[in-house]
Amino acid sequence: MNTLGFHKEPQDTRVVVAMSGGVDSSVTAALLHEQGYDVVGVTLQLYDHGAAIDRKGACCAGQDIHDARRIAEDFDFPHYVLDYESNFRETVIDDFADSYLRGETPIPCVRCNQTVKFHDLLKVAHDLDADCMATGHYIQRTVNKQGHAELHRAIDSTKDQSYFLFATTQEQLEFLRFPLGGWDKDVTRQHAERLGLLNAQKPDSQDICFVPNGDYASIVKKLRPAAERPGKIIHVDGRVLGDHNGIIHYTIGQRKGLGIGGGIDEANNPFYVVRLDPKQNHVIVGPKEALARNIIYLKDCNWLAGDTQDIYVKLRSVSKPEPARLQKKENGAAEIYLHAPQYGIAPGQAAVCYQENRMIGGGWIYDTANNSLEQAA
Amino acid sequence: MSEKIYMDYNASAPLRPEALALMQDVLTESGNASSVHSFGRKARSRIERAREQISALIGTQPNQLVFTSGATESNNTVLSAFRGQRILVSAIEHPSVLESAPAAEKIPVTQDGLQEGLQEGLIDEQAFINLLEKGEPPALISIMLVNNETGAIQPVEKLARLAKKRHPAIFIHTDAVQAAGRIKIDMPALQVDYLSLSAHKMGGPQGVGALITAPGSKPVKLLYGGGQEKRQRAGTENVAGIAGFGMAADIAQHDIENFQKLALLRDKMEENLSAITPHLRVFSKDAPRIANTSAIGLSGLSAETLIMALDLAGIAVSSGAACSSGTVKPSHVLQAMGACDDETMGAFRISIGWDTKECHIDRLIEECSKIFERTTTTAEKTDHA
Repeated sequence: MNTLGFHKEPQDTRVVVAMSGGVDSSVTAALLHEQGYDVVGVTLQLYDHGAAIDRKGACCAGQDIHDARRIAEDFDFPHYVLDYESNFRETVIDDFADSYLRGETPIPCVRCNQTVKFHDLLKVAHDLDADCMATGHYIQRTVNKQGHAELHRAIDSTKDQSYFLFATTQEQLEFLRFPLGGWDKDVTRQHAERLGLLNAQKPDSQDICFVPNGDYASIVKKLRPAAERPGKIIHVDGRVLGDHNGIIHYTIGQRKGLGIGGGIDEANNPFYVVRLDPKQNHVIVGPKEALARNIIYLKDCNWLAGDTQDIYVKLRSVSKPEPARLQKKENGAAEIYLHAPQYGIAPGQAAVCYQENRMIGGGWIYDTANNSLEQAA
Repeated sequence: MSEKIYMDYNASAPLRPEALALMQDVLTESGNASSVHSFGRKARSRIERAREQISALIGTQPNQLVFTSGATESNNTVLSAFRGQRILVSAIEHPSVLESAPAAEKIPVTQDGLQEGLQEGLIDEQAFINLLEKGEPPALISIMLVNNETGAIQPVEKLARLAKKRHPAIFIHTDAVQAAGRIKIDMPALQVDYLSLSAHKMGGPQGVGALITAPGSKPVKLLYGGGQEKRQRAGTENVAGIAGFGMAADIAQHDIENFQKLALLRDKMEENLSAITPHLRVFSKDAPRIANTSAIGLSGLSAETLIMALDLAGIAVSSGAACSSGTVKPSHVLQAMGACDDETMGAFRISIGWDTKECHIDRLIEECSKIFERTTTTAEKTDHA
């Protein structure tokens, strides 16, 4: 069996590599090519780079596409750029903007994996007669005794991207490969140096790709000019504390930059954004305790394992997994009961479930509740 | 992988070996064609020989021909000389015409399905006459002789006569890039004032073109500087490129009967492709077409995928137009012909030429049937999933 799990020679195994132009996917493609695989590089043009950086007349392809193409040229494997601007705008960017209008905190990277990369691009890979598709994500794929693929957290926990891949279906997973999942980022960098990749020194991307400098509010304003509507900032006890210039500027759990004098109450406790009310156009703030939640309601779930109740759940990409009980419901819904209340859980984010290191799927958070006070009473 | 097959002649034709050999000689010769000494005279003779060869191809006098860096420059030179005046251009022109006359009015082309037996993709004659007769007389009309995507031959001579009968002072330009060396051109008979040519579409090198101006027509000029090309186009001449252009024109002129035989291969290809996929449309099929070009629309399969899959199998075809990033954009030519989005996204172009053999067509058909079979199966799988 070859390293990608096929009973044939690498040169007879065609693998489509989704190349972003970053170090990780470039190393993935170059390494598979070095191992003798029939590598086909594909880079998606997702948005007009010139327009995104407000430079009219700039070339429509950004530096990343250029880098991916150069690496394919250097290693002499075929590479194609696919125009996914309209798919991306419809399924990712519009959803991103609408999500803010609903008072949510979206994760466009998951939507992109779910709709563009692992759906549309995967179909192209099938059409090109590929045996599998590889990406540079940090996540481990293993095959269990029953012959089914499983996903496990990356060895490098600081790089683990399992949270962003919760929506990967079992069918997609069978076709996907993640050659970097067993590595530290340092190992990837070393390979990039060894292979002489022109982007070996390129810093990791931190921002959402279509939001330059992290200024998501300006993107939302541009797409939905009516989004920036001034309204009231209200305390959970009903007092009006001040004005805000649009709920798109706020996210649940936010403490800084609320725009109300001092941002603290009489007892010197800081205020937090507790809730966003798009209907009334209110930002509701309160003390930290008001953020506590121990019940999470999920929709559009995707599961990669059978019935399990005792799980760990990650509620943000950067938070650590918390012990909880999972209850699956009909129509892709589920409820999660946290053992201990958590603070700052935002609708629009994903709740991703784990058993040990195995990522077993998750869902989109649409509501939260707290019954810990009742229980305590 | 077996031999790679090139079927994208309309993008750029392979260099004729005779042109390559001549250019290799010329590149080793020093000298600026404007110089007095023997080196300069040698370079000058290379240029003048090519000027004669190319003029012979289109039936004009050598002194009417100015060398340029390509047809894009030739087109820009003409169109920009009429800026601010009323200009008519066909809706299916190359971007080098459309973009250098952004304010020009577009002449529509005939669309399929409007009437029985209609030849689609040709200038709509009645619409053309209407444009001529309304408002102030146009200063310039630009209509390509052969469309690069469909291969449809436009009735330039007839349209030029129609226009000049109504407005004798009108100037006519034709971009003859895809026609030269492929069909016989007699520029005086065409009644046009300006004609653009490109070397690399007829087996010459890239980066060389020509602009031919009829006697008595308004002089047009884009580049200022030295006195080259009788002060009509500044800049040291690309001597080797021009020599290769001349050689390619000479060969094409003598090979023009053979070029017509490509239609046999093309028709066989279209017939065989229709047999393996039912949802196929050949654009401008019933219009007068040059022998080497097929614009094919496939509903339900993206041209992008097909072009990639064929490329991986070693066969080079193209979509009608490519963006600078290399991605496929919907064709403005097919849109002008009334094709729907699904059809334009599934449209690809096969253009063959002097080095195409029958076995190449067989390979293309074989690979296409594999791809159609595979993509139909995955489409069914996806539908069921």
